[in-house]
Amino acid sequence: MVLSQDVRETLKSVAALSETIDGIGDDDNLFDKGLDSFGSVQLMLALEERYDIEFPDNLLNRRSFSTIRIIGETVNKLTLSAAA
Amino acid sequence: MDQLLAPAPLSDEVADDEVSSEPRSLLDRLFDRGLLVRTGVDGLYGRSGDFESVVEAIDRLATKLGAGDGAESLRFPPGMSRPAFERSGYLKGFPNLAGTIHCFCGNDADHARLLSCIEAGTDWTGDQAASEIVLTPAACYPLYPVAAARGALPEAGLLFDLQSYCFRHEPSLEPTRMQMFRMREYVRMGSPDQVLAFREMWLERGTAMMRELGLPIAVDPANDPFFGRAGRMLANNQRAQGLKFELNVPVNSEDKPTACLSFNYHQDHFGTIWDIKQADGEVAHTACVGFGLERITLALLRHHGLDIKAWPAALRERLWG
Repeated sequence: MVLSQDVRETLKSVAALSETIDGIGDDDNLFDKGLDSFGSVQLMLALEERYDIEFPDNLLNRRSFSTIRIIGETVNKLTLSAAA
Repeated sequence: MDQLLAPAPLSDEVADDEVSSEPRSLLDRLFDRGLLVRTGVDGLYGRSGDFESVVEAIDRLATKLGAGDGAESLRFPPGMSRPAFERSGYLKGFPNLAGTIHCFCGNDADHARLLSCIEAGTDWTGDQAASEIVLTPAACYPLYPVAAARGALPEAGLLFDLQSYCFRHEPSLEPTRMQMFRMREYVRMGSPDQVLAFREMWLERGTAMMRELGLPIAVDPANDPFFGRAGRMLANNQRAQGLKFELNVPVNSEDKPTACLSFNYHQDHFGTIWDIKQADGEVAHTACVGFGLERITLALLRHHGLDIKAWPAALRERLWG
């Protein structure tokens, strides 16, 4: 089970959020907090490496990376389906 | 010209006046007529005087359309500073399209080795080193550091007029996908409202211009050809946010029309990279309209025929009157 704290650790690797992540709520929109398109790609690659998953094409969009909660839920689904 | 030219159909009868048992591609017909000249490399062509006269006429039209806006005109060579190119972020999205200029930087022995490699038909490029110049990928790329060096924008923002040969490494047999081609651009820098108003204005102007040239057009949401899986996400984001529109004309085929103009809202992407500030200290937003000069020329040739002297009088008047 991926917890929001785990996601936050990964988000620290994204330059645009590394300084501010502790002040960001689970449901805050990360794109409003400084995440840009290239940052979201960086985040995707970091999550894939950390959890040994691959985001399918239908999840390669802004919504999938918009909040800590959504990222956590998405990663949980992907790790479960990878384990099944 | 007051009246609009009726859009000409995409028809081989219009474009090809030669009778042949086998259909020849548009590229072959352009070679046959001498409008484009083979160099041995797909996407790298010479242009005839007729072809160039159309390119220049479209360039003048773009000048005329923007004449009242007070844009500052700048022309850069088709190469730009490598450090500026690296900072621009182009390699994040398009590593496969970039072109670097490498040069011989060796000594006498290296020179001798180079010549012997050529003599033997083996690879002679091993001692080539990256120079401080890369090929310009889009006409506006050399502009941003220049604008940033001037300090904060005035309250009204800034507007620039650019034209440059550009390079993208994508060899293709489609004549509309050249590796070296000219892009005319207007670039707006300012507040989000200012740059979005600029883009809307050019969407209208560009659409009207192409209709007046008798071309069938469609304006569609678009995305840049970002590289790889990560690129698919960037492309999806770009479309979802409505950041890019293209004005498409069927040239090679009806199914895959060609983007002849593009209208791009970069948000604060370049403003952040280059630390360009608005007058109030906020990061500047930017937008641009780009005219693909060869692509518009090819669209005209495709729809009005390869003999430009036989083009409709109203069109010729519009271009050269």
